[in-house]
Amino acid sequence: MGLPAEDGLSRVFAALADPTRRDIVVRLATADATVNELAEPYDVSLQAVSKHLKVLEDAGLVTRSRDAQRRPAHLEAEVFDLMKKWIERYQRQAEARYVRLDQLLTELDEEDTPSTGNEGATT
Amino acid sequence: MTSNTTTHPETEIVADDTVPAVRMTREFNAPVSSVFRAHTDPALYARWIGPHELTTTIGEWDCRTGGEWSYSSTDADGNAYDFFGSFHEVRPNELVVQTFTYAGFPDGVSLERLTFQDLGSGRCRIVAVSLLDSFESRDMMIASGMEIGIKEGYEKLDDLLAAEDSTD
Repeated sequence: MGLPAEDGLSRVFAALADPTRRDIVVRLATADATVNELAEPYDVSLQAVSKHLKVLEDAGLVTRSRDAQRRPAHLEAEVFDLMKKWIERYQRQAEARYVRLDQLLTELDEEDTPSTGNEGATT
Repeated sequence: MTSNTTTHPETEIVADDTVPAVRMTREFNAPVSSVFRAHTDPALYARWIGPHELTTTIGEWDCRTGGEWSYSSTDADGNAYDFFGSFHEVRPNELVVQTFTYAGFPDGVSLERLTFQDLGSGRCRIVAVSLLDSFESRDMMIASGMEIGIKEGYEKLDDLLAAEDSTD
């Protein structure tokens, strides 16, 4: 019972709930960047940006190389592929539901139509 | 004046960027009155809302302003998923506004606004907007799809996060 990685998933979504972190993710989607580079457009301290990066790292969305001194942050695209798949699945579930509704509506139409009547070939 | 072209032949899903909402659009080759009935008549609603693998049983169903609704979807193993909320506005063939809560997460609630549009020629379109209290909840709802079939997604993420942890 239960959802196996609910905590992990919560961390991902909590990380993305913040607009600055979403912005950082968008920028990392283009290219890896250091804390200094990431901090440039914002009116916040390097420390604050580091904190945001740490949250993204903890959620598994971002990794940082350990060897280089500048430690550029890297976006883990696989996680976002996963989210794209979730949205597609959500769409498929909704569509499957409405296909069932289509079928029900056809049945209702047949129930409402008198068995002797033939309205012609309207579709 | 018949036309087989549809703007939304399949369900269209849009996750809003500015507010934590999801918008679904779908068209039906059926009169708006029938589609409205299928959303507001409990016996009809139970026939299409749940996945095939689940049996949906309606609990409460008082489809008017201030009225409550609830239903339970049970899978083959007997696991039940309960949902409840209340109707806030019900306008025949036009609008249903209601709240929606998954009982497994009682702190969460979404505001559902379902509009019905008559397209003429016996066709109609519905637009269903779910507004949640945070982007996190909204994304969670999308990720979970509310029900089943999500395990592999979680497991994949689980593996990914475990791999991250092990490098610390």
